[in-house]
Amino acid sequence: MSERRYSGRAASPGIALGELVVVAGRPAPAERRGAAERPLDAAALHAAIAAARAELEALAGRARGDGADILGFQIALLDDPALAEPALAEIARGRPADEAWSAALRAEAEGYEASADEHFRARAADLLDVQDRVLGHLTGDRGAGDVPPGAVVAAADLAPSRFLAIDWSRGGALALTGGSAASHVAMLARSRGVPALVGLDAPLGELGPRRAALLDASRGLLVVEPGPAERERYERERTRLAGERAAAEVHAARPAATRDGTPVRVLLNVSDPGELEHLDPAVCDGVGLVRTELLFHGGALPGEEEQLAAYRRVVEWARGRPVTLRTLDAGGDKPIPGLTPEGESNPFLGVRGIRLSLARPDVFRVQLRALARAAVLGDVKVMLPMVGSPRELARARALLDEEVASLAAAGVAARRPPLGMMVEVPAAAIAADLFDAEFYSIGSNDLTQYVAAAGRDVDALAELADPAQPAVLRLVRRVAEVGAARGVEVSLCGDAGGDPQVVPLLLAAGIRALSVAPPLVGRVKQSIAGVDLRELGGSPWGPAWPI
Amino acid sequence: MPDTTLSGSALLTNAVGLHARPSVKLTQLAKRFAASVELALEPGGPWVDAKSPVRVMRVKAPKGTTLHFRTSGGDAAAALAALVGLVERRFDEDAEEIAGEPGDERETV
Repeated sequence: MSERRYSGRAASPGIALGELVVVAGRPAPAERRGAAERPLDAAALHAAIAAARAELEALAGRARGDGADILGFQIALLDDPALAEPALAEIARGRPADEAWSAALRAEAEGYEASADEHFRARAADLLDVQDRVLGHLTGDRGAGDVPPGAVVAAADLAPSRFLAIDWSRGGALALTGGSAASHVAMLARSRGVPALVGLDAPLGELGPRRAALLDASRGLLVVEPGPAERERYERERTRLAGERAAAEVHAARPAATRDGTPVRVLLNVSDPGELEHLDPAVCDGVGLVRTELLFHGGALPGEEEQLAAYRRVVEWARGRPVTLRTLDAGGDKPIPGLTPEGESNPFLGVRGIRLSLARPDVFRVQLRALARAAVLGDVKVMLPMVGSPRELARARALLDEEVASLAAAGVAARRPPLGMMVEVPAAAIAADLFDAEFYSIGSNDLTQYVAAAGRDVDALAELADPAQPAVLRLVRRVAEVGAARGVEVSLCGDAGGDPQVVPLLLAAGIRALSVAPPLVGRVKQSIAGVDLRELGGSPWGPAWPI
Repeated sequence: MPDTTLSGSALLTNAVGLHARPSVKLTQLAKRFAASVELALEPGGPWVDAKSPVRVMRVKAPKGTTLHFRTSGGDAAAALAALVGLVERRFDEDAEEIAGEPGDERETV
């Protein structure tokens, strides 16, 4: 076969050469609604369990020692009709099999987690593993374990959890025929430095396995079986990008300031503690956003101790620098089976973020306890996503205070962390002064999609979903002014903060703290250094509204 | 033939209690018998099917608990002896096996 080229839109910069692997990505819930659905009935669940069992048998044949024992335990669970019993009862009541299975296994895992004995608590992970494996078969996913490191992964779309399950440590790239540059998987690709294309015009079924592929984001190109000219070009481009990175590294090592000497804090967005490995905390002024819904690979939040352990890793890495942990932001394009509502007609306008947490105090209280306990380990702040009404802030604060008091009464080391909010719902941006949060962080991606009424998952509307448009920048400025008037910190943690074109506009709007994906730190500091605020006097987007 | 129900008990002395590996061993052993085999943390129950790893794990029996067994039908006596023996031998997890003579209504120390 000869070289074939397909084009798409760049969603994450870079170039990569690797084995092409086509993955049947899990459709996002929004897409699943319209598409011809596979039946999610009892027979589907039985078939998925049988397939998962066969897969485990094959794995167990290759494993030894503890690994073999763990797989043996998982097989024994799958063999036991008692495992699927609660799920089958729910399916008989009309619940789809994937949802029923997730809920049943989560309940089982919670039973283990509630144990006083650590050995039982640790086994909850096995149940979740079994849950995922069966779910993968139910929904037609290929196991992430099948993707070799360094692969060029092609898929229709990919759930954030599936992205995180792939080993990107040896390079690789992502090519999506669907998707959008503003989707969470694209955001994850940028934060991991994985080159990515969306809207690719390639027929996935015809790409075929075991072929080499080259993905060049700057040209928006996927080249299958690249010839010598393309390979040469790849080598040249790789050398050039390495040089650029080295130049940005120089900036990364220094504190950021504009040309006129105004200091700007640059913080990190973190979705997975793995992103922080091999990274010196001195390159940043702290962690501005920890996405706790992605910290556990897209699954449900684990128990209090396991959450605390994950938060501890980030806080200890920061070595005294501030760390802002965001409470669960599930929903939208980050569904958690069994937790987020199924079948919402518009998940982005649905029960997500703080709305979901307040609807599920059982889950929320456990997270607040883990966060309050993490707060004694360093300079920890807690941030609420999707706040749209002052009442939500007040209710969350009351729950946090209750859990802090209950930990204190039980003699458990804990502290009431400062409680702030994301400003991403236009209602919160417009009336920011009515929200007595202890800090604000502007989520520019969601704020933009809600202001422009252009879904971040709709690539055809990418032009409308521009964070640099006057309507968004006026709101950014307004929030910065409210923060200054109230004497509380304002930062921005959306993708706009990592875009060299937008950074000058954000600084002109009064933003002095940007939280960005780790690979962008150097470039962002470089673009901050190029801004002279004295020259940006007259604002190009008109006056902000009076407070 | 009227079902005779036999019962016996043994103390869990292995390091990790009735957790993943021991549960699998116990249920695999129980499944070798035709008799119905149940276990409980109290002599009066509630009883769970000792052939179901899922149900056995739900019991979450930690080290130091006394496991009560109840068997009935067919090879009930042999099943009871085998299960009590497995627990007393600490699931054959370590070299030092505790010798014991399994039997009806037997309490280990």
